[in-house]
Amino acid sequence: MTADTHRSIEAVWKIEAPRLIAGLARMLRDVGQAEDLAQEALVAALERWPTDGIPDNPGAWLMTTAKRRGIDLLRRHRMQDEKRAALEYEFGSDAMTHAPDHADALDDDIGDDLLRLIFTACHPALGRDMQVALTLRMLGGLTTPEIARAFLVPEATVAQRIVRAKRTLAEKKVPFEVPRGEELSARLASVLEVVYLIFNEGYAATAGNDWARPGLCEEALRLGRVLAGLAPREPEVHGLVALMEIQASRLHARTGPDGAPVLLLDQDRSRWDRLLIRRGLAALDLAERLGGGDGNYVLQAAIAACHARALHAKDTDWARIASLYARLAAVAPSPVVELNRAVAVAMADGPEAGLRLVDALREERVLANYHLLPSVRGDLLFKLGRRDEARAEFERAAKLTGNVRESELLRRRAEACADQ
Amino acid sequence: MRVMVIVKASKESESGGVPDAKELAEMGKFNEQLVEAGVMLMGEGLHPSSKGVRVRFEGKQRKVIDGPFAETKELVAGFWLWQVRSMEEAIEWIKRAPLFDGGVEIELRPVFEMEDFGAAATPEIRDHEARLREKIAQR
Repeated sequence: MTADTHRSIEAVWKIEAPRLIAGLARMLRDVGQAEDLAQEALVAALERWPTDGIPDNPGAWLMTTAKRRGIDLLRRHRMQDEKRAALEYEFGSDAMTHAPDHADALDDDIGDDLLRLIFTACHPALGRDMQVALTLRMLGGLTTPEIARAFLVPEATVAQRIVRAKRTLAEKKVPFEVPRGEELSARLASVLEVVYLIFNEGYAATAGNDWARPGLCEEALRLGRVLAGLAPREPEVHGLVALMEIQASRLHARTGPDGAPVLLLDQDRSRWDRLLIRRGLAALDLAERLGGGDGNYVLQAAIAACHARALHAKDTDWARIASLYARLAAVAPSPVVELNRAVAVAMADGPEAGLRLVDALREERVLANYHLLPSVRGDLLFKLGRRDEARAEFERAAKLTGNVRESELLRRRAEACADQ
Repeated sequence: MRVMVIVKASKESESGGVPDAKELAEMGKFNEQLVEAGVMLMGEGLHPSSKGVRVRFEGKQRKVIDGPFAETKELVAGFWLWQVRSMEEAIEWIKRAPLFDGGVEIELRPVFEMEDFGAAATPEIRDHEARLREKIAQR
């Protein structure tokens, strides 16, 4: 098989995989088995399509193949009679589904099934690592090596996570469903966390540490957009999408010509992607119109939007950012949020006001080894002319950060305190 | 990566013909699929070249030439901007587009990304990346 053909089949697979797995999962009521069957269908495709060509309706081909394999497999396990019957019924009823009306009805079902799949992949019974691996595998169609490369872990580790995830879901008999009522909020928050984690893995990586992972940001963005299509009335979903679109808009401005990270306020804003900003602002608007103005991700997106709207750093509406952080603190309180609020307050009302808030955080255990606390404090002290104290803080911050580039930056700031 | 999908013109598009309700619905459905897959970034149709102009640069000279323009097959009638994992994925998606059976040529071009300019991939970063991969391979 030529490399071209392989890549084409791979491309088709990534398009079709989520729906295939979701549809099978609905029939089998078992996500693990569904994923296994889907993989078998992929193997079959890799065997047949190079010679037969890619079928006109690859999704249908894969589904039919998967079902056939499933029936064969289940025939050998007599205890699975119920499941086999379910597959045979569905298989038989395929003949009736060629009418266009049926196709539309199936589309709706598939939407629900995809949603069920996402929620199952992010089920609380699974550890975060497993949730991430399963999500990328089933919803992104990523292979084990691709996931391993993305997270810089050995392939065996990823393979293990996926195997254990499937086993856990089967052992705990996790139902294939979308959570309802009160449960939905919390479960949705979990899904969004997984997606945002994937995004951040790619986003943080591009700041001079490892340039090979902006693909993760794209993957997360796509997942978010898919989710937004499946759950259009959930404001937090649009909030997360807004946040990611706006953050992604800055990807090309975050790295200087020598590969060093460039801070937000120093970035060349002409390199911000206006299309992504426009999309992000639209998603934010939608979230707010749905009444989600005080959601965790919506507020974070609103803060990002303040930066996005400012053509130059000096045009930033810091007062608004400060008040948004205050609202965020009410919804998702954390010392980090408070620290960020302090920065905004300092920009809006002067370093003295900001310093008061930062000083109040010095006893917070959570921030004990967080380099940004002394870094921010150093900056404010410097602005107030308290240079000796500022120098000490910058030096402390430089020691705390694991990032070589940032450490250098902070050491230079410490040195600059000695200049007159 | 991003791909621009350029829909070339045809006699119909140049004559200013507007798609009927059924055609709009079909295209709408396709666009919806692109949105739902997280692929769609933007998409627009362009007025026929009779409504357009060309600006020719020759040294300091700027010459404005009114449409319509002759080479129909080379004119742009519309475009999409898609977020895809590969050119192959973009090709798969465009193959599924409706309404082009009558005979139209669609050109797909990858958009320049930062990585293409090599700015982000300094030798230092590539070094770091290589060392990381070595470390992982050893585990």
